[in-house]
Amino acid sequence: MTEPLANRLGSYPSRSAPPYAQGSSANLADILERVLDKGIVIAGDIQINLLDIELLTIKLRLLVASVDKAKEMGIDWWEHDPSLSSRSRGEQSLAEENRRLRAEIDAIRQANALPEKEEAPQDTGRRRRGSARDE
Amino acid sequence: MSDLLTYAYAVVRNAEGLREATAPLRGVAESPVSLLTDTGDDQLGLAVSHVPGQDFQEDALKQHLEDLEWLEAVARAHHGVIEALGERTTVLPLRLATVYLDDNRAREVLEAGRTMFAGRLARLSEHVEWGVKIYVESSAALAEPTVPAADLTPGRAYLRNRRQQQSVRDTVYQAAQKAAERVEAAGRRHASDRVRHRVQQGLLADAAGAVGENVVNDAYLVPLKRCDGFLADVAHAADGLDGVRVEATGPWAPYSFAMPLDESGGAAAAEGAPP
Repeated sequence: MTEPLANRLGSYPSRSAPPYAQGSSANLADILERVLDKGIVIAGDIQINLLDIELLTIKLRLLVASVDKAKEMGIDWWEHDPSLSSRSRGEQSLAEENRRLRAEIDAIRQANALPEKEEAPQDTGRRRRGSARDE
Repeated sequence: MSDLLTYAYAVVRNAEGLREATAPLRGVAESPVSLLTDTGDDQLGLAVSHVPGQDFQEDALKQHLEDLEWLEAVARAHHGVIEALGERTTVLPLRLATVYLDDNRAREVLEAGRTMFAGRLARLSEHVEWGVKIYVESSAALAEPTVPAADLTPGRAYLRNRRQQQSVRDTVYQAAQKAAERVEAAGRRHASDRVRHRVQQGLLADAAGAVGENVVNDAYLVPLKRCDGFLADVAHAADGLDGVRVEATGPWAPYSFAMPLDESGGAAAAEGAPP
């Protein structure tokens, strides 16, 4: 009943002669999909927040699985993660930063009642109409 | 000692000489692997090693897991221990990073779950896992020579080429479907169970040198004495089908079949047609 597996593996075809022979050459994607996603889960003493693990798994799936499928699922945060996307360092984040800075400047101007000499006249008018609506 | 934690790799069916075979193994962080056995009838073992607490405490672990290089090293070490044990006995692989405060805590978990572990091991006994992936070689769709179109306007020639490419692509996917049916038939003939994995695309799959689009990625649980037949059938699954490649990986320890049936999405739950 406890006959060693190695003996039984002797009946393998020659091409797989060394059993479990993939060793270090096994494809990382194949290993990760097994050790992270498969294998039996039993509670350990070191509790890892499941959400974190799910996030990790999602990240890896973006490497392993299809980006299109992730997009279908509404997951697109990698586009903002510099480690995963060169795009996020490009104009997208610049535009985002620009928007944020403009909003901050506007807020400061309104708070301190700074002169708005840099603004084009119609912009000033629009903001006044905007604040009038707010009142 | 207090800064060491106990990292568990797999529950194994104890076997003669297993403890000695385990002794030279090195696991995560190059730590020596040892076998904890249950205090009862000594039938089950838990392969463990001692890992540094500063790397495997909650916060550190969370951070490390996001680091692909660290993760790769731990994943390969974890896999290496399971693979080595699998050469000697039936293994029930644990999920990566199952960590206990000390050996006593790990042994308690082994004993608390012994009925379930024994049941799982009985099902996996004398079985190995084979991965089967089917690829559609994308170059096949474009390599098709197009008829010279001297009598056509550039617009019509373009449209005709597009139609031809589309039709070649449809043919290739139909061929992949045919290969998938043959692999499934091989599974029905030889395997005890099957689970589907997500198809592999993206950076890791490309880094592994995969050519073409992965359309099927399944794992089969195959009895040892049926492996030859299964592999022979799988090897012929793409015969006569252009642009389709079938790749078997393994034998793996039965990672994909370690969870209890109702949670593993086993054969019954995965009978849907391949994409």
